[in-house]
Amino acid sequence: MATYQEFIQQNEDRDGVRFSWNLWPSSRLEATRLVVPVSCLFTPLKERPDLPPVQYEPVLCSRANCKAVLNPLCQVDFRAKIWACNFCFQRNPFPPSYAGISEVNQPAELMPQFSTIEYIVQRGPPTPLIFLYVVDTCLEEEDLQALKESLQMSLSLLPPNALVGLITFGRMVQVHELSCEGIAKSYVFRGTKDLSAKQIQEMLGLTKPAASGQQGRPPAPQDAAASCRFLQPVHRVDMNLTDLLGELQRDPWPVPQGKRPLRSTGVALSVAVGLLEGTFPNTGARVMLFIGGPPTQGPGMVVGDELKTPIRSWHDIQKDNARHLKKATKYYEAMANRSAVNGHSIDIYACALDQTGLLEMKCLSNLTGGHIVMGDSFNTSLFKQTFQRVFSKDYNGDFRMAFGSVMEVKTSRELKVCGAIGPCVSLNSKGSCVSENEMGVGGTSQWKVCSLNPSTTLGMYFEVVNQHNAPVPQGGRGVIQFVTQYQHSNTQRRIRVSTIARNWADAQSQIQHIESSFDQEAAAVLMARLGVFRAESEEGPDVLRWLDRQLIRLFMFHLRRSPFLQVFNNSPDESSYYRHHFVRQDLTQSLIMVQPILYSYSFYGPPEPVLLDSSSILPDRILLMDTFFQLVIYHGETIAQWRKAGYQEMAEYENFKQLLQAPLDDAQEILQTRFPMPRYVDTEHGGSQARFLLSKVNPSQTHNNLYAWGQETGAPILTDDVSLQVFMDHLKKLAVSSSA
Amino acid sequence: MNVNQPTPMASPYGQPQPGYGQPGYAPLDGGYPAPYAPYNGPASAYQPGAPPQGYSPFTSFPSKAVAANPVSDLSSPLDLGPARGPPVSGAPPVSAPQPYNQYSHSRGDMQNGPPLMTQAPPRPAVPQSYNQGAVNLSGGHPSYSQHYGPPPSMQQVTNQMTGMQITSGPPTPAGPGYAPPHSSQPPASTAYSAAPPPSYTQAPPPASSAPTQPPPPSGPAASQQYYGGPPPPSQQPFNSSLPPTSQQQFTSSAPPPPASQQTFPPASQQTFPPASQQTFPPASQQTFPPSSYSGPVPPPSQAPAPPVSQPQQPFPPAQPPFSSAPPPVSQPAFVSGPPPPAQGSFPPRAPPPSSQPGSFPPPTSISSGQYPGPMPPHQQPPPSQPPPYLSGPPPSGVQMPPTSMAQSNHLPPGPQGPPGPPGPLQQPQSQPGMQGGYPPQQNGAFGQVRGPQPGYAGPYPGQPNYGAPAPAPAPAPPAQKRLDPDAIPSPIQVIEDDKAKSNEPFTTGVRGQAPPLVTTNFQVKDQGNASPRFIRCTAYNMPCTADMAKQSQVPLAAVIKPLATLPPDESPPYLVDHGESGPIRCNRCKAYMCPYMQFIEGGRRFQCGFCSCVTEVPPHYFQHLDHTGKRVDCYDRPELSLGSYEFLATVDYCKNNKLPQPPAFIFLIDVSYNAVKSGMVNIVCQELKTLLDYLPRENPEMDSVVRVGFVTYNKVLHFYNVKSSLAQPQMLVVSDVSDMFVPLLDGFLVNVNESRLVIESLLDQIPEMFADTRETETVFGPVIQAGLEALKAADCAGKLFVFHTSLPIAEAPGKLKNREDKKLIGTDKEKSLFQPQVGFYNTLAKECVAQGCCVDLFLFPNQYVDVATLGVVPVSTGGSVYKYTYFQAQADKERFLNDLRRDVQKLVGFDAVMRVRTSTGIRATDFFGSFFMSNTTDVELAGLDCDKAITVEFKHDDKLSEETGALMQCAVLYTSCSGQRRLRVHNMAVNCCSQLADLYRNCETDTIINFFSKYAFRGVLSNPTKAVRDTLVNQCAQILACYRKNCASPSSAGQLILPECMKLLPVYLNCVLKSDVLLPGADVSLDDRAYLRQLISCMDVSESHVFFYPRLLPLTKLESGSLPMAVRDSEERLSKGGVYLLETGLHLFLWVGANVQQELLLNIFGTPSFSQIEPSMTNLPVLDNPFSQRLREIIDSFRAQRSRYMKLMVVKQEDRTELIFRHFLVEDKSASGGASYVDFLCHMHKEIRQLLS
Repeated sequence: MATYQEFIQQNEDRDGVRFSWNLWPSSRLEATRLVVPVSCLFTPLKERPDLPPVQYEPVLCSRANCKAVLNPLCQVDFRAKIWACNFCFQRNPFPPSYAGISEVNQPAELMPQFSTIEYIVQRGPPTPLIFLYVVDTCLEEEDLQALKESLQMSLSLLPPNALVGLITFGRMVQVHELSCEGIAKSYVFRGTKDLSAKQIQEMLGLTKPAASGQQGRPPAPQDAAASCRFLQPVHRVDMNLTDLLGELQRDPWPVPQGKRPLRSTGVALSVAVGLLEGTFPNTGARVMLFIGGPPTQGPGMVVGDELKTPIRSWHDIQKDNARHLKKATKYYEAMANRSAVNGHSIDIYACALDQTGLLEMKCLSNLTGGHIVMGDSFNTSLFKQTFQRVFSKDYNGDFRMAFGSVMEVKTSRELKVCGAIGPCVSLNSKGSCVSENEMGVGGTSQWKVCSLNPSTTLGMYFEVVNQHNAPVPQGGRGVIQFVTQYQHSNTQRRIRVSTIARNWADAQSQIQHIESSFDQEAAAVLMARLGVFRAESEEGPDVLRWLDRQLIRLFMFHLRRSPFLQVFNNSPDESSYYRHHFVRQDLTQSLIMVQPILYSYSFYGPPEPVLLDSSSILPDRILLMDTFFQLVIYHGETIAQWRKAGYQEMAEYENFKQLLQAPLDDAQEILQTRFPMPRYVDTEHGGSQARFLLSKVNPSQTHNNLYAWGQETGAPILTDDVSLQVFMDHLKKLAVSSSA
Repeated sequence: MNVNQPTPMASPYGQPQPGYGQPGYAPLDGGYPAPYAPYNGPASAYQPGAPPQGYSPFTSFPSKAVAANPVSDLSSPLDLGPARGPPVSGAPPVSAPQPYNQYSHSRGDMQNGPPLMTQAPPRPAVPQSYNQGAVNLSGGHPSYSQHYGPPPSMQQVTNQMTGMQITSGPPTPAGPGYAPPHSSQPPASTAYSAAPPPSYTQAPPPASSAPTQPPPPSGPAASQQYYGGPPPPSQQPFNSSLPPTSQQQFTSSAPPPPASQQTFPPASQQTFPPASQQTFPPASQQTFPPSSYSGPVPPPSQAPAPPVSQPQQPFPPAQPPFSSAPPPVSQPAFVSGPPPPAQGSFPPRAPPPSSQPGSFPPPTSISSGQYPGPMPPHQQPPPSQPPPYLSGPPPSGVQMPPTSMAQSNHLPPGPQGPPGPPGPLQQPQSQPGMQGGYPPQQNGAFGQVRGPQPGYAGPYPGQPNYGAPAPAPAPAPPAQKRLDPDAIPSPIQVIEDDKAKSNEPFTTGVRGQAPPLVTTNFQVKDQGNASPRFIRCTAYNMPCTADMAKQSQVPLAAVIKPLATLPPDESPPYLVDHGESGPIRCNRCKAYMCPYMQFIEGGRRFQCGFCSCVTEVPPHYFQHLDHTGKRVDCYDRPELSLGSYEFLATVDYCKNNKLPQPPAFIFLIDVSYNAVKSGMVNIVCQELKTLLDYLPRENPEMDSVVRVGFVTYNKVLHFYNVKSSLAQPQMLVVSDVSDMFVPLLDGFLVNVNESRLVIESLLDQIPEMFADTRETETVFGPVIQAGLEALKAADCAGKLFVFHTSLPIAEAPGKLKNREDKKLIGTDKEKSLFQPQVGFYNTLAKECVAQGCCVDLFLFPNQYVDVATLGVVPVSTGGSVYKYTYFQAQADKERFLNDLRRDVQKLVGFDAVMRVRTSTGIRATDFFGSFFMSNTTDVELAGLDCDKAITVEFKHDDKLSEETGALMQCAVLYTSCSGQRRLRVHNMAVNCCSQLADLYRNCETDTIINFFSKYAFRGVLSNPTKAVRDTLVNQCAQILACYRKNCASPSSAGQLILPECMKLLPVYLNCVLKSDVLLPGADVSLDDRAYLRQLISCMDVSESHVFFYPRLLPLTKLESGSLPMAVRDSEERLSKGGVYLLETGLHLFLWVGANVQQELLLNIFGTPSFSQIEPSMTNLPVLDNPFSQRLREIIDSFRAQRSRYMKLMVVKQEDRTELIFRHFLVEDKSASGGASYVDFLCHMHKEIRQLLS
């Protein structure tokens, strides 16, 4: 048998899951004692080039409240053509099409290597993808120009039959009609007025005439045309839209001195959501919101237009000084929920030097599976490439995105599902496998994930409900089945089914086995997600305290210091941004976020990972730090001096040139693949940007621990934060005292 | 004669006002003896009223007014008869005159009062003589006959008249003619001086007395009033020239005159009496004349015959009488002329005019008649008919009718006489008028004034005109069966008379001087008071006390048209810049510097003419005074020497203390199904492409600074970005109509030249874009809100042009429901139909006004659209509503486009505030028009264009002094179309009087009607229509009763006596009462009523005049340079063989008689057949013949005169469309139950009598 390490890796590769425990304690009591719950990180659309989808529909258990999918773990009676559901033990006959089934002629879903299998179902007409651009026009000329170019470029990336729409906003909100010739036509909404979806649809002329009490008009033909006016196939309006984007002007309303431009983001989104709701409910669609500043008027406003009142900070929020926070958050939440219900996701591309209100708007993306991208300007490669990467394609030439998926979890009797943490919303489907104990988004066995990509990962939390006095029969296995229905980017509807089984173990007798089955990384990330989830919904310090009580592990030091839990030094927007990504990235990325990776490059050997510690900062090294959001190349003092002196230009110092180049190449590799593209920083000792590095390393040497002074090892960090050493000491003391 | 006349003339003219004042009176006494005499004459003439008895013809009259008149006449005449008798025989001229004068002075009536006494006798006399006509009356007539004796002088006049007519021929002479008339009358001295009263009472004396008597003065005065300046001169000439020219005639005629006069008197008398009586009954005064005529009784013999047949018979008899009797009659007429003088200085004038008019009419008629007359000088006597005419004239008040009467009468004569046709009638009249006519006038001094004028005009110049009308009269005769329509005051006569005497520029320097009528073409010279084009008052002599005002019930109001367009020969108000500190104003009442400010202390301070407060003169404005206390630079500064001028306003006068931005025009076009289908959208868009080059500008050299914007809408609004940098316009749809806003700023309002290409592209595309629309619902409130918001966003004032088709039933603010319910008509709830359905628009209007957003609404309804509600905003913002019901591109395009062009191009001011300041004693209390008021003094107008008039009512709050008169200053602060902030100031001073007679002598009926109509049309908002009508009738009855009681010479209650200046009040009032608003016919929609109601509320006097009393022109003969003389709005005046043009200011009809001559048809339509005329044509075919050319010229000129384009409608007699046409024949009974003129007059008389008793 392979090591757990291999087993875990294998499982992740095949099913996209990583469990915190790979042996499950067989009773509730034992499970509770383990502190870290039975839970997993699940990547529904894990890319499986080796997994061709099957062209038929799954076979379901006939029990009405089960409907589990036939899987390799089921017992099958080939002679009677009957299979037993391994969740409810219902015995089901195979459908007629399975008449030819036999032990040597098994369908794919019964083969063990197909514990994860994808079905293509032919239901209803294929619906095109929909991309609705919502563009802020209160931008600097330069930014707007860059944005326009990016948008125009994106048109060429869309599949020709995809529908596109354009909404621009500033003081007013304009919905552009794309089907018209001659005069460019747009519908305008006042940026200060909250409109119901019905009103919006009426105003856009999308409601059926019957609604307005008019008689005698033929409703049918108009309807189709009406919905099409604002959302048109790319191939048809390509030219029009390119021109339209080209003619986009900055918001023409004058901005008096001392004021912010009036930006009606709230209404713009409301219109976008309303428009899609009315025309393409339950169809995959992306609302792509591009903003260059905070919403300053109308519903969802985050800050007033007076420049003298700055946008809220954590300080304000803690002091309850953020006037608009609650209202705006509530507004965007409501909208996110509406959007999620209809399966439309919302991306936010916020490029501004100051905050743009992501704190309030984050739920738009968090609940709908949309992206959030934060940058300084639309005129940066960070934005441009990230945006381009949204439309990246897989080996089949399909977009790496899926829409409107519904993920359902089924568990065997001993388990119940507590909740999920990730870009999803609850569908409030209360089944027998739903636990009353909620963790994350709970109380349901079905979640809607409006937009998925191959790396989207949800944290799933379970509860062992088996009572101590009802031991699991020997050799019994707990089973979990994930059924994910989604709209593939090629407009097919697909269902992916992953069925996972783990052995039960008696915690009393097999505690070592259980211990060894512990997946430290997965557990760390899962617990971190729980922490973040709590941090989002609770007060920060409480979460830290909770975390401290729950965990004693190395990485937790960094987690405590990470922007996911700490808000110090981060704006509310940044915190939101980081958390957003944390709860959706897969394990590897998540780990990087929690504990950045530090590589050291020197003449003394090949690049090596080093401790994320101030002691690693040495003058003759080049450091490459990857925090997921930032990629920092730090040249040590000596290296920097050499570089300044231009040695790399000299032929005899070719090796130095190569040394300089090495981290750049590595960085480039990371930049190529990561979404969103990280902030790339090339700095050196004493450079202002070196702060990115200094803030991350463990402050083992500070201005406070004098003994470190003067030593040639590392650089002191000017901080009052405790170092890992202190933290550990403290932790040990606590652990002992608490146990006592 | 000449001498006398001249002098008097001069004096009156020179000092018209003063003279009028009291001085005039004094003079009158001295110099006016003659006038008095005339008055007597009139009296006597009136007596003719009595004559009616004698007049068989009168009988007919009586029939109409009979009840009242006859009896009263009888009684009074009888009494009078005796009284006058003496005067006549005695020093009639002198003594009699004096008394007359007094009476006359007092006011026609007032004076008459006494005179009446004297006159009364005459009347009796007349009556006696007239007995024929009105037997009863005749009683008095006998004495008149004597008077008639005097008439001879009149005869001379008549002769002259006749001569004049002959020689002078038509119109042109009119001017001179008029003068002459006066002079002639004077010459008649007999006529004038004596002529009038003297002649009558002292028929013989007249001649002598006439000369001696300065009647001329009266004449002059009269002339002044009527003719304004001209008359005098003419008179002079007359005297001199007359003698010559007229003399020629005179001479020729002169001889006959005497004879004729003698004869005439009778004839005229006879006829007159009857006419007068009849008519008089209405205007008792006039009746007097008749009586006086009757006095002439001599004619009686003749008269008898005439009376009966009046018109026709008169003729024959007339002829005979002519020789003898007729003259008298004419004399009476003259007398009437004189009466004016009697009125006192003022009265005199008025009277003179009236008398003149009276006389004129006669003349005119005479002219025509004269022809006949001339033919047979003696025949003129037929004028005996004139008598009828005269009688007509006599009614002074009624005089007009007399003329018409005359016409009718003439007709007969016409036939007889060579002039036969039109001329005859008038001629006869005029002649009679001259003779008898005048007298009547005198009696009726009041009414006569006008009558005479027309008469005069007629005789001299007018004759020709009359001649034309003559034919029409023919039908009249039948009317005589009841009250002869010709015997009652004729608007046409009054108008023509006024035209005839107004051939010199009207100078505004004289306080209290009534301007020529609105129907008259005249030039104005600003000498310190605002031109009548800017301000017209109901009374130019305000009562000094509130009691008087209350007693008279004459409304004190002014119709102000602050931005009126002036004819090219009058310079627009000068622009004055007082520098940074702004216009100089009184410290206390804030009145602006004006000619009424009195500089004192060597020019260092000035005393306000309004509040008497003394204010320091700012150093930069200081100027020394000359020896008269006037500033040396008085004539260099418009604000010190003119009635109207403008100040450049400083920033203090601007909103938010910021100089205004140039205004903007926003076009909001309905593109719903109906709008597209009717072709409206297409037409508007096409037109705008060219129209945008004609946006208003002050300097024609420069481009207009007005910016434009475009919006289309149905249930939602579409704004357009037409920024010059765009290749294509952009459409911005706003569907959120519940909370309107403007979706864009930059690019919405643009300069036409800069964005021309984009705009043209837009206008090309709009019709295409909506060609297939199926949207039928529209909104309205949000449309205006959109425009308003756009202006707000641009921070400027401006005008919205809304093109709208249907009731706004789409869900939006200001949504309306169809509430058309004809069942409510006539109930107490009827008023609700005029009220807006929802309050939304009132609030919106208020906001619009605050922003200076004026709304012009073009409606194209196919059904009820609730104009009452939709019109609220336009009406409150100084905008206009245009309505094209059942709009069809082909038929209505021209009208719509012309309206649109004019509306877009006309000069307009924005964001205006009007304030009327008055001198202590009166106060502006009420305002009528298209505007908004947020307090009681400031009239706020978001927009004010050159066609909008505001009627202001004044009330006393203290006593006024005769010395200082009453001053008013109307200041309008506005933003010009070039974006300049300005103040336009109009000053007006009127006299004050302590005698009611003065008030009645200086009224303007047209203005009064304008006020009454606006007052009533506002009244229907809060009262049942019937109550409003009753109120109107009551007030008018009170006005007339007050006159009768306090100003008219005592006479039988049965006589209807109308003040000369108000003799048309009944007919016009009837028109108001019959209007669609107050008395709707079954086919009049609620929208039409609401539309008219709103329309009238901002009309000026000339528009309201033609609206209520349409102009009806016979087209049988057209001459270049002059219009055919109008005929009265009655079916009786239409000849089956004729073609008529009727103009109401809103409509234009071409009525074609069934028996029209082929040649006429060929000339007009190019077809020889009546049946081939295409009734749907809206324009006449362009034919290359003089007649067609001239006709089209006339139509074009009519259209040019009015602020709205009149669509031509061809009405064939007995065609279905004739019903519509008939609606505008306002003297007839209307289909909706409106009374005919005659009936209403009787009704009015009854009301008055009730009040008196």
